[in-house]
Amino acid sequence: MQSNDDSPKGMNRRQLLKCAAWAGAGVVWVMDGGVPRALKFMNTADAKTTGFSFVQVSDSHIGFSKDANPDSTGTFKAAIERVNALPQKPSFLLHTGDVSHLSKMEEFDTAKEILSAYRGDVHYVPGEHDTIGDNGAAFFERFNGTPARKWYSFDANGVHFVALVNVLDLQAGGFGKLGTEQLEWLEKDLHGRPSSTPLVLFTHMPLWTVYPQWGWGTDDATQALAYTRKFGSVTVLNGHIHQVLQKVEGNVNFYSALSTAFPQPAPGTAPSPGPMKVPADKLRSVLGIRDVTYTPGHKSPGVVEQTLA
Amino acid sequence: MHVSKYFAVALLTMAALPFMSSADNAGPMPTAEKGTQIKIGNFTFVPATLEVPAGTHITWINEDDVPHTVVGTDPGTPIKSPALDTDDRYATDFTKPGTYKYFCSLHPHMTGTIVVK
Repeated sequence: MQSNDDSPKGMNRRQLLKCAAWAGAGVVWVMDGGVPRALKFMNTADAKTTGFSFVQVSDSHIGFSKDANPDSTGTFKAAIERVNALPQKPSFLLHTGDVSHLSKMEEFDTAKEILSAYRGDVHYVPGEHDTIGDNGAAFFERFNGTPARKWYSFDANGVHFVALVNVLDLQAGGFGKLGTEQLEWLEKDLHGRPSSTPLVLFTHMPLWTVYPQWGWGTDDATQALAYTRKFGSVTVLNGHIHQVLQKVEGNVNFYSALSTAFPQPAPGTAPSPGPMKVPADKLRSVLGIRDVTYTPGHKSPGVVEQTLA
Repeated sequence: MHVSKYFAVALLTMAALPFMSSADNAGPMPTAEKGTQIKIGNFTFVPATLEVPAGTHITWINEDDVPHTVVGTDPGTPIKSPALDTDDRYATDFTKPGTYKYFCSLHPHMTGTIVVK
């Protein structure tokens, strides 16, 4: 797939940043044609911090106040402060769902207010905590502008971003679900795009089956991923499970993100996937944001996890 | 004292199911409060299957520290709770015999069944 880099339809490298800079703790991965490579940390002093990056935040659970984190509002604020302190201002944010804990209007309000500290666009998908009682109508109106705008796509610097919703009309005994209507839309949305276009799919629940016993997967993800097969670089970002996990499958790189509210246990290590309590002074080391940067010469992004510690 | 009391409650709860399922001609039983509660804990409904006589008032109690819902899967189901946060309860009456399947619409791998005789 790397030969596509040189195709006339390939990503416009001039749109991409010259060099990447990262600060803070984390692991840097750069992926080439679907194969991840670990990179050394770059010295920020050497970096020309121009170009294209974005940040994923997830699972802010505004309204949650149980033992695992009595102040989810405070930690979400801290997360946005981290975003604003990045040496390279991200072009936009993605929030991959569970913005709120109980779909309450005041929780949506608080989240919006905290996010207003970031001066830029925020693109949202709902988590199952955001769609309680109304199948997401209030969420879509509040965060996507209209109840009719559920899934959508947009382009930024030659990268095609697709927001997928897998928390609506869930079926008993099942996992997350995209549904026929959305799958048909996705097929059309991707149809005719050059295979050299880097794709970023972002959604709430994992698009791979992380742990079926806890429902961590999406029933019809295979169909969605089939539509991405011809693309050389596919990056899938999800939340929901409140931990960093990575999986590579062919051309697809899956990344599951930290929450800004509370951690959840690794698959099978606890009786249930409920909030995991850690010592108070350790909490911020298991919460975080994700900085994603496209660099010249690489079709796939560098991904850096940054904790709130 | 407390330990033995809870132990006794657990025994009664466990005993309720086989007892009630075999109570074909029991008529209106003295309301078996112990058999009409379903606990939600560790992302499971306990008991996951419950048989009750018609007219039973069933209460779900969420003991997890995340919200759950109790939502029937059949058309016209009488089961539809709002989000239940920790310690919240939801109750409904089961007047007609039948099998009522339900799940948590937030965590759909959580399923349960009420059988009304």
